[in-house]
Amino acid sequence: MSLPHFGLPGFPDAAPLEGLLGGALIGLAAAIMLLMLGRIAGVSGLAARATGIAQTDMPQPVAALFVGGLVLGGFLFNLLLGPIEAEYAPGWGWIVAGGLVVGVGTRLGSGCTSGHGVCGMSRLSRRSLAATAAFMVSGFVTVAVVNALGGAW
Amino acid sequence: MRGFFSLLSGTVFGFGLALSGMMNPARVRGFLDLFGNWDPTLAFVMGGAVVVMGIAWVIQGNMLKPVADPAFHLPGTKKIDGQLLGGAALFGAGWGLAGLCPGPAIASITTMWPQAAVFTVAMLAGMLLVRLSGRA
Repeated sequence: MSLPHFGLPGFPDAAPLEGLLGGALIGLAAAIMLLMLGRIAGVSGLAARATGIAQTDMPQPVAALFVGGLVLGGFLFNLLLGPIEAEYAPGWGWIVAGGLVVGVGTRLGSGCTSGHGVCGMSRLSRRSLAATAAFMVSGFVTVAVVNALGGAW
Repeated sequence: MRGFFSLLSGTVFGFGLALSGMMNPARVRGFLDLFGNWDPTLAFVMGGAVVVMGIAWVIQGNMLKPVADPAFHLPGTKKIDGQLLGGAALFGAGWGLAGLCPGPAIASITTMWPQAAVFTVAMLAGMLLVRLSGRA
């Protein structure tokens, strides 16, 4: 990405400008879903609906088009402004275990970073504020424990 | 029209995720590494998204119905219980283990093949487990 680099004093790795602009686009995407279709742009819920794992009143093809759009958006960015920087965990165990736990947790907790974090917090939903606090604290603790056990990557 | 707006929403979402840096698990992990070499970028992403979406909620409050649907379909105010908090805590643990949440994983399927696809399949398997257990 060729945006001018705005650093954050004390945090050499941070990319606050890209973060803010990318975040604003994510908010715009959620706004389109809310104002056009009247629904929450929660990725875990829409992915569950698109695959038929969740039964809701949302037509399955409409949910599938959102999920397809996610893939298309990542693909287009990579094509036009890429390559996208990505450093993954060293080993399939992290990826498979992380995916499984994310799948179980998002269904039991009714949402993820987009549904609770972006849509719910901006609506000042008490449920979403509680859920967001819970997954953030759990994420902080998990990384701290992994680091303490020598698993940092 | 609903299909078009859903595709548009997803595409803008995926593009925004890529720009934000959240498709890089190491950067997400850096945000969660609060007691180590902390990377605050994710807070800016969340801030940008919440401000724009906050404006959308104000607009929504003045609409009788969405543009392309006869009615709003929004979650009601259900209670805060153990399942919500426990599920969210589990999600946070998986997020910390892999540095991925559902949006960035799915948006990375073509650019980080096959890792992102494997994460996504494992995630769907976890969702299916919950469905089969009858919990949600």
